[in-house]
Amino acid sequence: MQANLKIQRYDPEVGEEPRYDSHQLDLPEYATVLDALLQIRDDVDGSLAMRASCRSAICGSCSMRINGEARLACKTLIANIVQVEGAEVTIEPMGNMPVVKDLVVDMSMFWDKVQKIQPGLLPKTPEPEREFIVSNDSMLDLATALNCIMCGACVSDCTVLEVDKEFIGPAALAKAYRFSNDPRDNATDLRLDLYSQENYIWSCTRCFQCVQVCPKDVAPMEKIMSLRKQTIEAGHTNNPGTRHTQAFADSIRKTGRLDEIRLTVKAFGITNITAMIQLIPIGWRAFRHKKMPHLLPKSISSIKNVRRIMDKLGNE
Amino acid sequence: MRYAFWPGCVSKGGTPELYPTATSVAEKVGMELVELDQATCTGAGALGEHDPKLVDVLNARTFALAEREGLDTLLTICSTCQGVMAAVNYRLREQPEYLAEINETLREEGLEYKGTLTVTHMMWALVEEVGIDHLKTMVFRPLRGVKIAPFYGCYILRPRYVLGMNEHPNRENYLEKLIEAVGAEPVDYEGKSKCCGFPILTINNDTAVTMVGNHSSEAKENGAHVMVTPCPLCHLNLDGYQPNASSKRGNNINLPVLHLPQMIGAALGFNETELHLKRHIISTDSFVEMSGIQRA
Ligand code: SF4
Ligand code: SF4
Ligand code: FES
Repeated sequence: MQANLKIQRYDPEVGEEPRYDSHQLDLPEYATVLDALLQIRDDVDGSLAMRASCRSAICGSCSMRINGEARLACKTLIANIVQVEGAEVTIEPMGNMPVVKDLVVDMSMFWDKVQKIQPGLLPKTPEPEREFIVSNDSMLDLATALNCIMCGACVSDCTVLEVDKEFIGPAALAKAYRFSNDPRDNATDLRLDLYSQENYIWSCTRCFQCVQVCPKDVAPMEKIMSLRKQTIEAGHTNNPGTRHTQAFADSIRKTGRLDEIRLTVKAFGITNITAMIQLIPIGWRAFRHKKMPHLLPKSISSIKNVRRIMDKLGNE
Repeated sequence: MRYAFWPGCVSKGGTPELYPTATSVAEKVGMELVELDQATCTGAGALGEHDPKLVDVLNARTFALAEREGLDTLLTICSTCQGVMAAVNYRLREQPEYLAEINETLREEGLEYKGTLTVTHMMWALVEEVGIDHLKTMVFRPLRGVKIAPFYGCYILRPRYVLGMNEHPNRENYLEKLIEAVGAEPVDYEGKSKCCGFPILTINNDTAVTMVGNHSSEAKENGAHVMVTPCPLCHLNLDGYQPNASSKRGNNINLPVLHLPQMIGAALGFNETELHLKRHIISTDSFVEMSGIQRA
């Protein structure tokens, strides 16, 4: 199989702009991107910097952007890529983290963020006399989050981290879910309080990027959604995120549809004077361009059924 | 082809230019739309943050309404509706027991979702059912010389398994195909498959507006005259908040943003009024001029 690997090379110490090296390779059908890179490093250019260890998708060292998407080099078959995306394969370091050299990034930011969510059990004291027995079901629920190998792929491609470095990010929040839902942990409420603060769960835009790129099906975004539900249920509701999702339910209960004006006002919070003032020119702009939604939207005629469903499910 | 039609709330609300243009385009290309007037908001990803089950029930209800019309395909014109509905449909069809539980809630209204429906977006239907070649024969006014930046939005790209990408891997390139079909030139840029920021507009305004600025500027720097999107929520942000992004960046980005049906309609010969181009925040005059669209 023929493939052309275009590899981004960069050494900040030399100070030149990043460049791309091309390597035309003849590879066996079973070759992974990692096999190809090792072949290049061993036979062609020993100066290529990269990280890898287990070669079997366990250690999480070999994440990099392959054709623009963060993947594990050792888990990615070149044949699959070439078949769908063509014979030229672009290899770049992960995003959202500074490049140390070539394909190696500095992951300190990744670890710092994981540290912030209290990544360790905070059990009841005093220590139990014997081991703590947990139910199978509760661990099954944690299994997907426990699968995380800290490879950084989700953080590399998170669309929010790209513009908001303060966001705690998908990997740390998947970890947060893992601890706050562990039956051996005794600090759930403290945790949920922390996670509902600014820069934690409510900063995610629900873009699915982390779900898509995670090589271990951790689905960080789904964990973030569960945490949102849990924080609301635990009463940590004084935040714009809760107001936003609650405003959706209110609007559907009222008309069956989205009442955008009331939704916006409720989501910002009517008592949030600064936001209300900022909304005025935006509303005026919409009005001038004849795109102001109805002030008094009509309900669908079967609205009773919708309300009954919501009552039945206990949505208030 | 007959479709059950869910236009989404925003196509008649925040982006009122979308609904009339989309329905006219549908008629012109031979899609017969049966609008589900008793359907509800899909929850747009936000409702599920506190009540995921309600999302499943409300959308199952919409699917049941479509089945009741004797139709097997539901057409959307909003990436977000598409993504939410496709995910619900996937969950319900994969888990018959869960579907039965959801149907319990619908029974009182005399509804039942049998799990027969396919949910498709107008963008997909244009490529897969109308067909690029057929569409090309209908082009009356090729948009020659217009450079168009595609903007997909998240919900129509991810997660792949929910959106049928395994069976239709090219769905990730349909906007480019359609841009070419109408005689225009697609502009490539990294932002095209990123998030527009709209879901957190009220939660973290700064992030949302920065995203608008990044994507529209990048598209413009890569030579785009206009941007096109299949998602009215992306449109609300990319068009509606572009002035905010411009002042934040300190330069006037000024990139008109079209809804997909407006781009198709322009090529099919619709005039400015029929395309409702005056209802945009960023003026579309340059696009009207460049494509030779008749002014009203
Ligand atoms: S879904 Fe949220 S956490 Fe995941 S990549 Fe997108 S913004 Fe980041
Ligand atoms: S959640 Fe997935 S992508 Fe993110 S660090 Fe863990 S294994 Fe890697
Ligand atoms: S080398 Fe260990 S995960 Fe790839």
